Amino acid sequence: MSLVAKTRVKRNAYFDSVVLMRIAAGLTARPEVDDASLMMGTPANKDILREAGLLDDAGSSAGPNDLVIAVRSEDNLVDGLLAEAETGLTALPAPTSAGEHGTRRPRALAQVAGANLALISTPGAYAAAEALKALKLGMHVFLFSDNVPVEDEVMLKEEASHRGLLVMGPDCGTAIINGVPLGFANAVRRGDIGLIGASGTGSQEISCLVDAGGAGVSQLIGVGSHDLSEKVGARSMLFAFEALDADPATKVIVLVSKPPAPSVAQKVMERAARSEKQVVVNFIGSKLEATAPNVHPATTLAEAAGIACGLSLGRTMHAAPAPPVATRVAGGRTAIRAIFSGGTFAYEASLLLGDVKTSIGHWVSGHPIAFPPGHLVLDLGADQFTVGRPHPMIDPTLRVEFVRAAIQAPDTAVVLLDVVLGTGSADDPAGALAPAIREAEGGPLVIAFVCGTPGDRQSLAAQHRELSEAGAVLAPSSTAAVQLAADLVGARV
Amino acid sequence: MSGLDELMAGELKAVNVGLASFAEPIAAAGVSVITLDWRPPALGDADAAMRLARLMNDERIEKANATAIELVLAAQAVLLDVVAAREAIPALAEGRLLLHAGPPIEWEHMCGPMRGAVAGAIVLEGWAPDLVRAEEIAASGDVRFAPCHHHDAVGPMAGLISPSMPVYVLEDPSTGRRAYSNLNEGIGKALRFGANDDEVLTKLRWMVAEVGPTLGAALRSLKEPINMKSNIAQALQMGDECHNRNVGSTSLWSRQLAPALARQGEAGVRVLEFMRDNNHFALNANMAACKLMTAAGEGVPHSTLVTTMARNGVDFGIRVSGCGERWFVTPAPVPDGLYFPGYGPEDANPDLGDSAITETAGIGGFAMAAAPAVVGFVGGTPADAMAYTVEMADITLARSRDFQLPPLGFLGSPTGIDLRKVLDTGSAPVIDTGIAHRRPGVGQIGAGIARAPIACFVEALAAVEAGL
Repeated sequence: MSLVAKTRVKRNAYFDSVVLMRIAAGLTARPEVDDASLMMGTPANKDILREAGLLDDAGSSAGPNDLVIAVRSEDNLVDGLLAEAETGLTALPAPTSAGEHGTRRPRALAQVAGANLALISTPGAYAAAEALKALKLGMHVFLFSDNVPVEDEVMLKEEASHRGLLVMGPDCGTAIINGVPLGFANAVRRGDIGLIGASGTGSQEISCLVDAGGAGVSQLIGVGSHDLSEKVGARSMLFAFEALDADPATKVIVLVSKPPAPSVAQKVMERAARSEKQVVVNFIGSKLEATAPNVHPATTLAEAAGIACGLSLGRTMHAAPAPPVATRVAGGRTAIRAIFSGGTFAYEASLLLGDVKTSIGHWVSGHPIAFPPGHLVLDLGADQFTVGRPHPMIDPTLRVEFVRAAIQAPDTAVVLLDVVLGTGSADDPAGALAPAIREAEGGPLVIAFVCGTPGDRQSLAAQHRELSEAGAVLAPSSTAAVQLAADLVGARV
Repeated sequence: MSGLDELMAGELKAVNVGLASFAEPIAAAGVSVITLDWRPPALGDADAAMRLARLMNDERIEKANATAIELVLAAQAVLLDVVAAREAIPALAEGRLLLHAGPPIEWEHMCGPMRGAVAGAIVLEGWAPDLVRAEEIAASGDVRFAPCHHHDAVGPMAGLISPSMPVYVLEDPSTGRRAYSNLNEGIGKALRFGANDDEVLTKLRWMVAEVGPTLGAALRSLKEPINMKSNIAQALQMGDECHNRNVGSTSLWSRQLAPALARQGEAGVRVLEFMRDNNHFALNANMAACKLMTAAGEGVPHSTLVTTMARNGVDFGIRVSGCGERWFVTPAPVPDGLYFPGYGPEDANPDLGDSAITETAGIGGFAMAAAPAVVGFVGGTPADAMAYTVEMADITLARSRDFQLPPLGFLGSPTGIDLRKVLDTGSAPVIDTGIAHRRPGVGQIGAGIARAPIACFVEALAAVEAGL
């Protein structure tokens, strides 16, 4: 019996990649399947299949509107598995046809009259075009898609500014507009703190800490991870700032981003100084000078949230202390291994820890995971780990593999984990991690923090309980978690 | 106040493009959200998708389209006469010219059925004594070819119009514009499928000598010319879509013409018998009426209205209002259809004929809801027929004020293809069609439904942008 890879091509059959990934995941989970993938036959996808050794001649012939079903299995099983995958597709809801009253689901933005906000999460190659259409139709844009060229981002943001519209993104994961969560967002109390964030999970963390601190959020406006680059020049952040500055419901404005280009940072700080409102600026890790009495620099996410809460509630706030950890880690265990799903958390941790590695180099799915010596901060939401599979906040499967590997590595002193709740995130992320965390008993210490609120559908309390019962030490914030880990191993913060 | 202040002060109304799961928390928050049935635009051509976005809601285009579609909707079509083609179309009176269906094509590239039709027409005109010699003449360059569409004419299948053939003369009384079409020879062996033996030529000679003049005389004797637009409107309520099903409009016509034909003596009776035996008799005049309507929308600068869709059996071509006479062509598809016993897709010629002018004008496949019998060709149901019409509303600029569809509550038929909408939605125009055998002379071997190929729309979009 030998393994064979075979494809089946369905011509002119378009399916959403998430649907396809779900079916592929179901197939791959089966013991008789070595590997499986369902993808539209775009050149890029075919490259992926070829790399995976899943593309045969039939699959090579597929075009961008054709679906390729690929399975590697024992040669006597592969045809049956392909047929099953195809059946799985037809079990989905039938394509829309004429409804009772001769209506059908619209296919294009231009067919939707009166909408004022478009959420766009198409493949990156088409995302800028969809966003531009939305702007031309008078809609604000929440652009989740990534891999949009920077020239297109600038073009979109210029078009938006002509029209008095906001572009959140590209690569924008979170927003809360008028209390409505967009993308990955938490159920935070409404209040008078307006957040503008170029860092998705950073914005989520601040909003959750604000909620925990007793304050609330008026608006959370994401601007996308590239907004504060030299070329984009904080166009969306400055546009959103004008709106929040004029918004009677907003008293305190929080700006959060990875450190911007210096000229952009200066522009943002100048605008903040001209505001009559209190402005907290957190360019993660950057030590900023206060340029005006109303501008409050913050180095960490926790500090930013603390200052904002204080300004909102009119009192001085103290960050919740990390719990005391009685145990010291065993000798020979010296390295922190942070296995994160949130990009901002990874960024903050690597800045706080200083001398860390942020990559494990070349990595092939399904092969044993090897860590380089020393501290490691890994963002499993990075492109390297999300090609052809959902983000780890949606599907923790791959992260569990990495956590296990980190626990088993003999030099690991601390495994650092984020657990992100809210819309978009997995139903029970702590539950998915718990079995792996249990395996750490007698080995490294697991420190986790939960980015979430009591209102999130996953239940903050239940997630805390699952993590604690599995043996993890809970930290009250991302910042505190890193500090705690650093204390344990004697790393600088 | 920017739009963002308004958004923050008002209510969200969201539309979701991409991951369906993004809509769930929004809906759970009690906010209106529509998830599009999205697919990559323009067959996944990212450059075309961006071009489409640039031309979205462009004021010049919107204005031009409003002008163009109004001209199409307002156009009228009355049937005035039947005369010899050379009398109606001046170019046919000068030298050896043959008109054919679809975009331009020369002899060496013509498909089998069109070559057969060309050879037959050359013999009919007496330019060659026999078919062998006719092919030599066709290949020699002694005969010129031009699309019917270049001379205000249309013809089904091969669409051959030669100087002596009788043609319908239709006119829009408000503008004086005219359009022409040849006469339908009936089903079975016919020149339009490339058949050209003695039987076919004998029938054509009779049509030249008797059918044309008799019909012409009968039409001229009517007090009021037949209004083809209202004929089509009535036929749509009789189960026709006036492309693949014309039994209703042919019956209406027979009734309208019977007294006048009867007055033409035995010849008139023979024409009536000819009409009785051909359910598609009215097709060609219906097509000419559609040509009048679509031609009214031609030549409006910057308009993205599709004014022609036509096939020559090799290429599928479109023309667009804002791009003048220019053709955008791509290989013609083989229709999806049912075949007569003994034939299959391997025998089929790629799509052929000017009859897609019906869809261009908002009937045919676009009015399929009116004609559930037609979807039977592809094993469809009345619900499928409705679905086709509903889908075509996604790619059109307006609804006909005249062509109403009973199964859709007398909603007007979707009319006037906007090439941007075709690319944006990925819904290619639906075209009802007969299927010709790829060898000349075998004739029709099936019928079915084709989708216009998208590539020529992609090309046309680039031309529209270049012209802005």
